Amino acid sequence: MTDLARTQPEQFFADRFNVTPGLMERLLGGSLVGRVDDADIYLEYRVNEELVLEENVVKKASRHVSQGAGVRAQADTRTGYAHTDDISLGNLEEAARQARAIADRAGSSGTLAVAGRGRPHDLYTLVEPPIVTALERKLDLLRRVDGAARAADPRVKQVIASLSTEEVVVLLATASGWTVGDVRPLTRLNVTVIAEDNGKREIGSWGGGGRVPFDFFLEDERWTRFAAEAARQAILKLRAVEAPAGTMTVVLGPGWPGILLHEAIGHGLEGDFNRKGVSAFAGRLGQKVASELVTVVDDGTIPNRRGSLNVDDEGTPTGRTVLIDNGVLTGYMQDRLNARLMKMAPTGNGRRESYAHPPMPRMTNTFMLAGQDDPEEIIRSVQNGLYAVVFGGGQVDITSGKFVFSASEAYLIEDGRVTAPVKGATLIGNGPDALTRVSRVGHDLKLDEGVGTCGKDGQSVPVGVGLPTIRIDGMTVGGTQV
Amino acid sequence: MSDGALRTGLLADVLRRAQARGATAADGFLIDEQHFSASVRLGQVDTVKHSREQRLSLRVFAGRASAAASTSDLSRESLERVVDEATALARVTAEDPHAGLPDPDQLVTSVPDLELEDTGGDDLEPEAKIELARQGEAAALQADPRMTNSEGAEYWDRRARYVYATSHGFAHGYATSSFGLSVSPVAAENGVMQRDSWYSAARHRSALEAPAAIGRTAAARALRRLNARKVKTTEVPVIFDPDTAASLVRSVAGAASGPSLYRRASFLLDRLGKRIAAPAVTIVDDGTIPRALGSRPFDGEGLATGRTVLVGEGTLQTYLLDTYSARKLGLHSTHHAARDGSGVGVSTTNLMLLPGNSTPEALIASVKNGFYVTELIGFGVNGVTGDYSRGAAGLWIENGALSYPVEEVTVAGNLLEMLASIEGIGNDLVLRDRTVSPTLLVGRMVVAGN
Repeated sequence: MTDLARTQPEQFFADRFNVTPGLMERLLGGSLVGRVDDADIYLEYRVNEELVLEENVVKKASRHVSQGAGVRAQADTRTGYAHTDDISLGNLEEAARQARAIADRAGSSGTLAVAGRGRPHDLYTLVEPPIVTALERKLDLLRRVDGAARAADPRVKQVIASLSTEEVVVLLATASGWTVGDVRPLTRLNVTVIAEDNGKREIGSWGGGGRVPFDFFLEDERWTRFAAEAARQAILKLRAVEAPAGTMTVVLGPGWPGILLHEAIGHGLEGDFNRKGVSAFAGRLGQKVASELVTVVDDGTIPNRRGSLNVDDEGTPTGRTVLIDNGVLTGYMQDRLNARLMKMAPTGNGRRESYAHPPMPRMTNTFMLAGQDDPEEIIRSVQNGLYAVVFGGGQVDITSGKFVFSASEAYLIEDGRVTAPVKGATLIGNGPDALTRVSRVGHDLKLDEGVGTCGKDGQSVPVGVGLPTIRIDGMTVGGTQV
Repeated sequence: MSDGALRTGLLADVLRRAQARGATAADGFLIDEQHFSASVRLGQVDTVKHSREQRLSLRVFAGRASAAASTSDLSRESLERVVDEATALARVTAEDPHAGLPDPDQLVTSVPDLELEDTGGDDLEPEAKIELARQGEAAALQADPRMTNSEGAEYWDRRARYVYATSHGFAHGYATSSFGLSVSPVAAENGVMQRDSWYSAARHRSALEAPAAIGRTAAARALRRLNARKVKTTEVPVIFDPDTAASLVRSVAGAASGPSLYRRASFLLDRLGKRIAAPAVTIVDDGTIPRALGSRPFDGEGLATGRTVLVGEGTLQTYLLDTYSARKLGLHSTHHAARDGSGVGVSTTNLMLLPGNSTPEALIASVKNGFYVTELIGFGVNGVTGDYSRGAAGLWIENGALSYPVEEVTVAGNLLEMLASIEGIGNDLVLRDRTVSPTLLVGRMVVAGN
């Protein structure tokens, strides 16, 4: 594996598959130029390792290799995409033939879009990428995590500790002659705990990671904290009361509750939905869509973050896009296709799950900038409401703007004080409306621990979110206590 | 030598190499598939995709320790590396007394023909497939002047071949095909948009619903959401339409699956043989239905699929198990093993809540004031406790009739209480997907809104 981790992508694909940037450019040039608006070839080699410890026994140890090439041709609004998992000249030629069939129709402007050239970032070069770290060290960590979670409380009955690690080597060539490669490490440690007390059972889960070395988990005893947090979540829920039902003031804690932004506005500001006019935010650039306390950015350039990339999956260097500036909608997240059709600049948000998928506009790390307020004072400002600090997943209907996200750790606020923990409940809101109700923004911006995965159109990509403590005046909480 | 025999031979070579490297047993799955899809938006071609993929997944045992590996690179060097890595991994994992292959005498001896592959006639040209998507979208857009936009329509087809082999000498395979068409139009009125969709999927192309019918259904679904409003927070009877009801059935199967149980992470723990739902509720999983999307001739460990009564007249009759989780729970496999790429898991086949006698109209007519749910979003189901809270949209029921559209509300309760209070089951079961249900009437749930 060491050879894989240290190799330049150009050299890697040349050595392994006899595919060089020159060959890729000839393929693109020979068959595609003059008939399409844009085209590219994307090569990918991925190694993934999953280790799962259950009942202090290694329950799963697996290693998966996938490789392939995706060839794309675009003319006007049309995309032809072909992919193969057998990287060879013959297969690439066949894929190029299939992809360009789409372009053999009228409508191409005949001028090639210039790819987002520019210097790729260097956000996650690691001395020892996590995929090369010895298995014994990884399994040892999982055993220690198991021990720490069990030691946290006698009511902890089951612990599942898992470490998933991957390394992806990509090489991309566009028809305008731009070639760029990237080597992307990614790792995540996760702890799930089942606690039991008097016949009641509950589940708690915590984790984190990023484009970081294995030692990240050992720094500051991070692994101990993950284990303790998972146990605490499960134990806390054992005494949770029914969540309230209805519309109330909600205070969101810092960090992972930033999933609010991802669902409420993030997807709605992706270029494809806006180009097609099917987003609730379509045509609203320059309009006020949030309280003036709210500034939201999507930033793919933060070193070592799970959602960061040196270049996106179309070769465009990632950037920092201000989506909402003091309440005003200022930007969309774009891939090359939608940027070209909307006559905007690509923003480095063209991402794909793998070679088997064409890119589309996706988020990277999406968060709200810090405000002025003291988080404790924000809670004290609420007479009665909900304080939600940990969430599971969320989902949005882009067109109607309705979004949900489900709290897994939340408390009642009574007379300005945080009181009883409540059972999990889904919060629902309307994207274009929810952020107009933000009345307080804390000074405590935090990014999440590095666990997020976003799904869109059947494609999953790693993302990050972040939030300071905020107060929202009126969100619907889906509890059972009427 | 046929292509199929070649692939069986390849798999057998891999298993032999694993044994030569010290594995005491091994099994492998080889999938080879071709996929095509074409999407159309506002009458214009949007995206056309072609692909061909293959993947070999391998599980090796070193005594009672095991490991898994997979690769999409079937070159000799790559396969050798995969075998070596998997056997090396198996050596570092601990002994697990329950690990191992099923007993060889349990494996299927012949593969029943479930007609899972459409072998009739030629493949359509890409242009003809694009035309099907175009017709579906056009029917949606022409259904009403308020149909103003579209996220598009998509046609897809997929052909796959599976071969499963074990170091015992078992080697069998089968082929499948599937076809689908979906339409996602947008309706607008008073400057507010609503999107919905409808689809048809089948093993044989001739069984697909007509494109125009799919488009009209999609349009009707989007139109009925226009001018939706929130309701006041209340506790009322809730009717789940067949699609949303199917998600409840899926949650039951998830809680009944072996891994959830041995982890004690299930609200169905210790409930085998006990009443978990209203007596009218029977849930069956049947992997042997000819031409059905969830059918398979054998499971991911070579065991024959069958018909399993999961819930019989309200009583939990069995769990859903593969060999490992069965041994762990001191039970027998129910032949629900599935290869999930990273190893062996549990999955259902054709999972159905059996129909009752009421028409959906009669169920609606029986409710004076309640909520008819047509869409659920979010992940608010706690599989350990059954606590349930999801975003919902649908129609309000007033005096036994659908009255006005509702959105931005949640429905909440607990799955065990919801199952126990199923007061009505529709007669409208259609096996149109892998998990299906008729319309269900749940006696009482909390709807949160204003």
